Amino acid sequence: MTDLPRNQHILASGIVAAVGVWVAYVSYTAEPAAAFLFPRIISTVFVLLALWTFGKALLGRTTVGNGLTAEAMKNIAPGLIVALIFVFWAAEALGFYTASTITFFILLSLYDPAPHGKVKTWVKRLIITAGYLAVMYGLFGMLLNVFTPREIFF
Amino acid sequence: MEFLLYFGDVFTPFNFMLLLIGTVGGLILGATPGLSPTMAVALLIPFTFQLEPTQGLILLGAAYTSTVAGGAVSAILLKIPGAPANIATTLDGHTMAQKGKGAQALQLSFLASAVGGIFGVLLLIFLTPLLAKWALAFGPSHLFWLAILGVTIIGSLDSSSVVKGLLSGCIGLWLATIGFDDIMGAQRFIFHSSVSGGINIIPALIGLFAIPQVITMFAKGRTPFDAEVLSVERHPISKAFKEVFSRVRALTIGTITGSIIGLIPGVGGQIAGLVAYDQSRKMSPERDKFGTGHSEGVIAAESANNAMVGPSLVPLLTLSIPGSPTAAVLLGGLLIHGIFPGSDLFDNHPDVAWTFINSMLIGQILMCVFGLYIAGLAARVAQVPNAVMAAVVLGLAVFGSYSVQNSMGDVYIMAALGTGMYFLERFGLSAAPLVLGLILGPIAEANFVQGSMIANATSSIGSYFFTGTLNLLLIAIVVASVGYSIWMELRSRRYITKDDAVAKEEALS
Repeated sequence: MTDLPRNQHILASGIVAAVGVWVAYVSYTAEPAAAFLFPRIISTVFVLLALWTFGKALLGRTTVGNGLTAEAMKNIAPGLIVALIFVFWAAEALGFYTASTITFFILLSLYDPAPHGKVKTWVKRLIITAGYLAVMYGLFGMLLNVFTPREIFF
Repeated sequence: MEFLLYFGDVFTPFNFMLLLIGTVGGLILGATPGLSPTMAVALLIPFTFQLEPTQGLILLGAAYTSTVAGGAVSAILLKIPGAPANIATTLDGHTMAQKGKGAQALQLSFLASAVGGIFGVLLLIFLTPLLAKWALAFGPSHLFWLAILGVTIIGSLDSSSVVKGLLSGCIGLWLATIGFDDIMGAQRFIFHSSVSGGINIIPALIGLFAIPQVITMFAKGRTPFDAEVLSVERHPISKAFKEVFSRVRALTIGTITGSIIGLIPGVGGQIAGLVAYDQSRKMSPERDKFGTGHSEGVIAAESANNAMVGPSLVPLLTLSIPGSPTAAVLLGGLLIHGIFPGSDLFDNHPDVAWTFINSMLIGQILMCVFGLYIAGLAARVAQVPNAVMAAVVLGLAVFGSYSVQNSMGDVYIMAALGTGMYFLERFGLSAAPLVLGLILGPIAEANFVQGSMIANATSSIGSYFFTGTLNLLLIAIVVASVGYSIWMELRSRRYITKDDAVAKEEALS
């Protein structure tokens, strides 16, 4: 038995094993069978390794992977939520540059160790964000002409 | 000596400017803790879309070379390795800086990197054409086994657990089968419209390498930068030259160790630096001085991790088998420009191949020259707060993924794979074998299908894939690499305690 977070390992390896079983099921049942010949070989190995890992997690014999501490989850959650909102909604809805700049400012404010109560801190964050927008727009919008779903504002 | 014919192409104004940008940018990115060479190259790929293949590769090659060397700056001045490859450099480099010899340590590190790097690229120049000719004898069954070898060797050697490493490789191989099967005309595993066209390699690479790093930065929370930045005093470069070349033992051990390790798929710079450091210490009459700010430690570690760069590209350029995650990213960069590496690369695109390799040779010298001058600036960049770095990397990842096909689907895939990979890494799975599986999957499948057709027409599948000297040799290497890793794991030489695992994960992140 190890002192690694057992329940987390059971959950994570269980999800991977479930995906493995689904991949194997589809590979062995979908048609045309010839198109799934290679996936069948992979999925057989995939599901065996995944079930082995799951079994080891159930028995508490996992030796690798520290999982996530409560503090790490607490730190990650706000940033990850903001990042996912940016990727899955805001980038297309608000325009890449607008959404990216707002996200940058929020992430900077969330994770910057400077005290929130000082005006100087906020001015500094705004200046850094403006610099970010200028560099990104200059680089992608003007120099490299990268297409975005929408322009700088909508 | 064909490579000499293409030397002039490196010095055209635009190509040379790209080489300079890649070198200086790579040095600064490399010095930034958390930005690994693989991630830096992955984020740079979208910048090459507008360029010719040769120009794009010059930029990527220069960035690869100099990010490895640039990691020494933060290792020496901040005691934070810029990349896993620079872990061994901190042992003596930072102690030297603490003793007021920071400039000397940086000079030694860049000079040793250049010597090791030049040797490694020369090895690439002379080995690649030989291997490319040999590779012409490879048929579909051999290429199939080579692809499987690439995934298993990196899965078993790169990961802390053989089973989880191989499982990561399997996940990558499965991801590669998603989408429309061109040969049989069937849709496979399309569970969302974003993946109907398959998983594009570039957004996947960006996601798998950049997003876990962004989330790792989030995990640190609002921690202020607490590493002490040591100042760089003046030190005559001539003395550093004399010192490097008077420590021939350390330089030779580092260079040869790095070159050999670079040729082995899946091993990589982190191990090269540590092995060279350890061997150099064991063979030195001054072994007691190692760890106390001894110049041999810096020279051995840095010459090794840069000597690894050139040879790590040999399997990629000759057999289309990337030997390392960064080589896999470079393969993505090649494919996006319609260049297929392999045995006929030097016949079909000699200008692209040789100009790229020559630029890496010149890049080693530029890296040394500029590294010595911009170390102070790079150390300041290394202090950029996590919050800024995370937001910038996230922005670049989104822009880069979108620009591949102007598709939001690619951005979703990038984000989903990257977020998933972060959590999988927390449970012992590894990005490198997954990426290798994703890249080598189509190669393995195409050759498997082709081999099966040949086998059906001539013999049986079993005898086609499991007989013949080369097939058996490749299968033996697959079995040996997995067996060796299992043996090592059983002998408890791996990171099996929680403290060791924590230490390793912290070092890698």
